Formats: sequence, C-alpha cells, structure tokens
Amino acid sequence: MRELRTTVTIAFNDVEVEAFADETVMQAARRNDVFIPSLCYVEGLSVWGGCRMCMIEIEEDRRLRPACATPVNPEMEVYTDTPKLRAHRKAILELLFAEGNHVCAVCVSNGNCELQDMAVACGMDHVRYDYRSPRRAVDASHPKYVFDPNRCILCTRCVRVCDEIEGAHVWDVASHGADAVLITDLATPWGDSTSCTWCGKCVAVCPTGSLSYQGTAVGEMEHSVSMISRLAVARSRGEWLDPEAVS
Amino acid sequence: MSKARLATAWLGGCSGCHMSFLDMDEWLFELADLADLVYSPIADVKVFPPDVDITLVEGAVANEDNVELAREIRANSKVVVSFGDCAVTGNVTAMRNPLGDPLGILEAVYVNAPDRNGVIPAEPGIVPPLLPQVQPLHKVIKVDAYLPGCPPPADRIQRAVEALLAGDPSRITGEDIRFG
Repeated sequence: MRELRTTVTIAFNDVEVEAFADETVMQAARRNDVFIPSLCYVEGLSVWGGCRMCMIEIEEDRRLRPACATPVNPEMEVYTDTPKLRAHRKAILELLFAEGNHVCAVCVSNGNCELQDMAVACGMDHVRYDYRSPRRAVDASHPKYVFDPNRCILCTRCVRVCDEIEGAHVWDVASHGADAVLITDLATPWGDSTSCTWCGKCVAVCPTGSLSYQGTAVGEMEHSVSMISRLAVARSRGEWLDPEAVS
Repeated sequence: MSKARLATAWLGGCSGCHMSFLDMDEWLFELADLADLVYSPIADVKVFPPDVDITLVEGAVANEDNVELAREIRANSKVVVSFGDCAVTGNVTAMRNPLGDPLGILEAVYVNAPDRNGVIPAEPGIVPPLLPQVQPLHKVIKVDAYLPGCPPPADRIQRAVEALLAGDPSRITGEDIRFG
C-alpha cells in the first residue's frame, strides 16, 4: 500500500527537491542524498537533537536549526555546508573529543566509528581545547557486553533504542552537565540488571566504541545502526504483521 | 633549488611513527635528493641544529626533557609538524592523565609491582621528571601542521612530506587526517 502524503518543494544548497510536508529537514535530506552530518540521529528512533552536528542555515532565519528537529516548510531554502556551519561543527567535534577519553589507537571501534569518521568529514585534525581527561570506570560486569563511558558522547541512542524498540528502558542518563553519565537500571552494574534482555540493540546502535561485545580487540567492533532503523521503520509500517489479523 | 633541511624528533611516543617513516622504503632515496636529514633519532646528531625548514615531531610532551626539546625545535624550525596521534592528541602517552599525579603511577609500577626493587628511578640530570599532565605538542609550542595516525601509514607520510616540501600543508586533508 502506498502512503498518500502531501509533498512540498524545498531547496538544499540552491537545488530544489521534493519533500514530504510532514517530515523533518533531516529526513528530506537523507531521502535526497544530501549529506548532513549527525551523531545522535537514527532513523526510526525519537529525535534527541542533542549532538548539534546537524545544524543548518535557513534563508531568512537568523538562528541555526538542528535538521533532525526542524519540520519541512514549503519553499524553505536550506544551506547545509556554509563556512559558518563548518566552523561550528568542527568546534563541536573538538569539544566532544576534549570531553571524554577518545583514544582511537586502542579503541575496539577504531576504523568503525562514527565519531572518528566525522572528524575526517569535518576536517578536524587536532583539538584546540584542553582535554578534560575525566576518570571514568569501565563497566564490564555484563556477560555479553562492555560499557566504556570514556568513549561515550551521550548521544542517547542506546537509551532510546532500549526504551522505544526493545521496550526495556535499561539505560538512562544520570546527573547534569559535565557530570552527565549513562546508567543501567538505578545506577547499578549492568551485569546485575534485572531489566536487560541481552538483546544487544544498544550495542548495535552505538556510534563509538562505548558499547561493545565482550572479547573484542582493537578495531574489531562493528556496529549495525541500519539494522535498528530497518526494525523501527518496518514496525511503524506494520510490515511483518499478519494482514488478516490487522484488517 | 637548494635542498630543504628536514628534521624528525622523538618525544613521548613509542617510535612507531619513525618506524612508519622508514616504511617509505625506496621513496627515502628520492627524499634524500630533495632534503637533508639534519636531525633525527635515526641519525647520530646530538644537538638540534639551527635553520631547519621542516621538523616532524613524534610523541606527546610527557616530561621536562620533552618540553626543552620542543622549545629548541620551535626556535630553530620554520615549520613544525605534529607527527602522529601522540603529538596531535596525547594519545596513548596521555592515557595516564585521568589517573592524576604521576607519583601515584610511578609508585604503582616501581614500588608496588612485585617484580621491581621498590625504588622509583631518580637521577637528576639524567632521568627527566614527568609533567603533571601529558600535553599534545600544540599546547606547549606553536604547531604549523598536523599529521594524525597511530602510526600514520607510510604513504600518508609521503604525501604529507611532499605537501610540506611544496610549502602547502593544507594538502594534508581527507582520509590523511584520520586518527587511530
């Protein structure tokens, strides 16, 4: 069954494209192969708008807007790659690298990391800010998975996928600002969690090496974000339901 | 055209970047036609010389000797390049930073570890004191170009050296700035 949706015309970097009236700028960009960087956005999960990598400029709008949380408007003219945006994105990335302990050379996700890829895409060849070098304990108490908060960028993908797709809500964010940290259950070790179903969706969706499988060595960890998006989109469309039961 | 004066230096790192430099293999002969290596851990030169055109610096700034050499390099080099992840970010060398005071780390390694004789090495003028925190090179001296990688692969180093010899470090871009 084809969905009947109203379409509007918008422009990305002076090129007109067709967008659905009820989608976000990010969704329109992805469908039209316009690259807008992001670290927290995952198709099929709720919008968090926290990483600020997807900021865009809109004609006649003084403020920068996050593409993932900005609805499409008819005739809007979006710019995705201006000098101003490039400068902001680079600065945000540098702050992310300065905030945690991101040591690519010894990371399970070296070579398979969205944060590392983003640094390449945004031309970040060094960090101008002082590194915070926080002391953060690794939680390897789960029999199947490891959580290394040193590599966490608080994108909350794991929180959202666990709550919205798996329905377990093992993960959440505790504390505020620089002290913000992911917790499992009520800040107890992951291995003691009574709500975790061991499904591994949080591991699949993690953009960095923060969540990994037990026993993975440097560069061995590969995530599978597209699998999560596929699950979410299929569910929203009811693709795998028995047609007779649904009717 | 006269030959460029090239130097490489080794601060707080594992020398892997220099191993990768040597991995440029036969291109090193071509490099020898373009530049003189006037200072390097792979050449027997004791004092950093004046009027160096390009210096590749491997390693983070971890101790007082590193600070001293970094300043000498800056004072005598036209272009200073952070060579590899340790110089660029601190990398593995800086993994001690979250643990705080280096004395605690030295005690853990030299005093508490069972196979040691219980003495922290201290030889004024020979064993350099550790800095409280390991720093990337650009926090200590001005750096003109960055070549990430742990280590940077040989072909990446070659492209970077070619760009630097051509006076255009902005060519170090794209995949050539990937960390790790």
